[in-house]
Amino acid sequence: MSALPDESIAPAPDPGFQILRRLISMEQPGTLLAALVVCAFVVVAVLAPWIAPYDPLAQSYLRINAYPSSQHWLGTDQFGRDVLSRLIFGARNSLIFGLMAPTIAAIVGTTLGVIAGYFGGFIDRVISRLIDLLLAFPELLLAIMISAALGGGFWNVILVLSIAFIPGFARVARASTLAVRQEPYIEASVAAGLRTHTIILRHVLPNISAPVVVLMTLWVASAIRLEASLSFLGIGTRPPAPSWGNIIRDALGNIFGSPWPIIGAGFAITVVVLAFNVLGDALRDALDPDTA
Amino acid sequence: MLRTIGARLVDAVPTVLLVLSLVFVALRLLPGDPALVALGEYATQDQLALFRRQMGLDLPLWQQYFAFLRNMLMLDFGTSLVNQTPVIQLIRENLPYTIELTLVATGMGLVFGIPLGVVAAVNRNRWQDRGARIFSLVGYAIPDFYLGALLLIVFALNLGWFPINGGGTGFWDRMYHVFLPALTLAMVKTAFIGRLTRTSMLEVLGRDYVRTARAKGAREPRVIYRHGLRNALLPVTTGLGLSLLATLSGSVAIELVFNRPGIGEVLISAIAKRDYPVIQAGVVVFAFFVVAVNLLVDLAYAVVDPRIRVKA
Repeated sequence: MSALPDESIAPAPDPGFQILRRLISMEQPGTLLAALVVCAFVVVAVLAPWIAPYDPLAQSYLRINAYPSSQHWLGTDQFGRDVLSRLIFGARNSLIFGLMAPTIAAIVGTTLGVIAGYFGGFIDRVISRLIDLLLAFPELLLAIMISAALGGGFWNVILVLSIAFIPGFARVARASTLAVRQEPYIEASVAAGLRTHTIILRHVLPNISAPVVVLMTLWVASAIRLEASLSFLGIGTRPPAPSWGNIIRDALGNIFGSPWPIIGAGFAITVVVLAFNVLGDALRDALDPDTA
Repeated sequence: MLRTIGARLVDAVPTVLLVLSLVFVALRLLPGDPALVALGEYATQDQLALFRRQMGLDLPLWQQYFAFLRNMLMLDFGTSLVNQTPVIQLIRENLPYTIELTLVATGMGLVFGIPLGVVAAVNRNRWQDRGARIFSLVGYAIPDFYLGALLLIVFALNLGWFPINGGGTGFWDRMYHVFLPALTLAMVKTAFIGRLTRTSMLEVLGRDYVRTARAKGAREPRVIYRHGLRNALLPVTTGLGLSLLATLSGSVAIELVFNRPGIGEVLISAIAKRDYPVIQAGVVVFAFFVVAVNLLVDLAYAVVDPRIRVKA
């Protein structure tokens, strides 16, 4: 023991740093590549107005359905709008939905799940029944059905995506809360006379946060995909605002014009969703090595 | 067995009522006046009042609720606002195309997915397994409507091998029309089923009875198919229910890509035209599907696993 005096007094390595190191190591080139793609996506989305070569909404009837050229790298659509610029602004659209929907769903779903798991009884039965019912629906189907009632538009899409994701978060949060509720420190807190909301906020929430965070990262990809699907169906982001989904929708209606908007936008969705999925899986493995 | 079926059917009743209630809440109580949503902002007061009376929207909410439940359970969906055809007729004409697409796609997904999973599991960590993994990753990421559009552009538009729209008439023509759309959905499904089969196969191949089979001197194909795959297929059949519903929801976009008739196409164009009774019917039909498939999955569990049968 005395041979290793530094070991006991050295500060424990920051777990966040360790996770990052496990996540981004040269042993996993796939994960590294995925991380680079995600970074590139975020940079493009944030800097869209400065990167995009043209205004994504500017029409030019002199140049419609142009094929790729040095001026328009991905050509133009049926209104003469620059496809690349629309894709770049579409990235911004995707990033907003990809971040907002899982966040809102996590907040609402976790709240419901914690309430159900902590209090049990009648509340739990009602919430669980509702969650089970909603979980029987595939997310896309649920989203289509709610959109049918609400119609498209920014806030409606946010609402629809959030509702589609809430049951998943609620289930995970409920299961984790049930496990945490058995822990001695909860019993100790109750015995110490802490108020219920203090127990939930200070002792339950921090201990169920890991699975919720993993679920959030995994669902960024789902949210991006789902928003694209809804916009493709014409019940998501409303034209002329560019979304990767409605770019494909427009181009499919103009399929004899130019296939390039379809090819470009679809490629963008595939690569970004793939990268988020790979990164999400790696994060899950790093945070929770047991299940890897 | 009959008692199990009966118990599950009774179980499904509250689920159906709950689903219908949610649909009612979503369509009637969420923001906006349904009459205004249906007729648009430029409708006159008279038109709005007439619409409300026709749809029973001027009645008290609880009366509307029971009328809605009764109508939906009797499959009385009213008439379309756009062309006055009974909605049930629209559904009867279009539903077979959606079911056909979903079933053919699921069949193709099984035919491709199961061998893919077996090959990946048997050659764990070799190039076949890596290839299958990459295929699955891409399959999970690629949007089905994009894949469909690519297949449409290449095989229908440029090569002219397949029709670019319609559902076809007569058996062979219909199969010809359904091929590309089903292939699109099947490729996404193959990724899922392949993954499921691989995981399940790997678990089964590590079991004692597989080792025993090998020790007995059974040949490798027999070990893999008779002892391995037959047992590995259990979780696959149970995963099939969820994946059937995923394919059903995917069919909505695919019908749009290939300009095919179907329930998804009906629902989406009704949303665009704000054809309120058709929207309502489309949503209810999809909800019924979800309840029915889950019921079938429950029954399948009972058939496959005798322990559940005894418990129920």
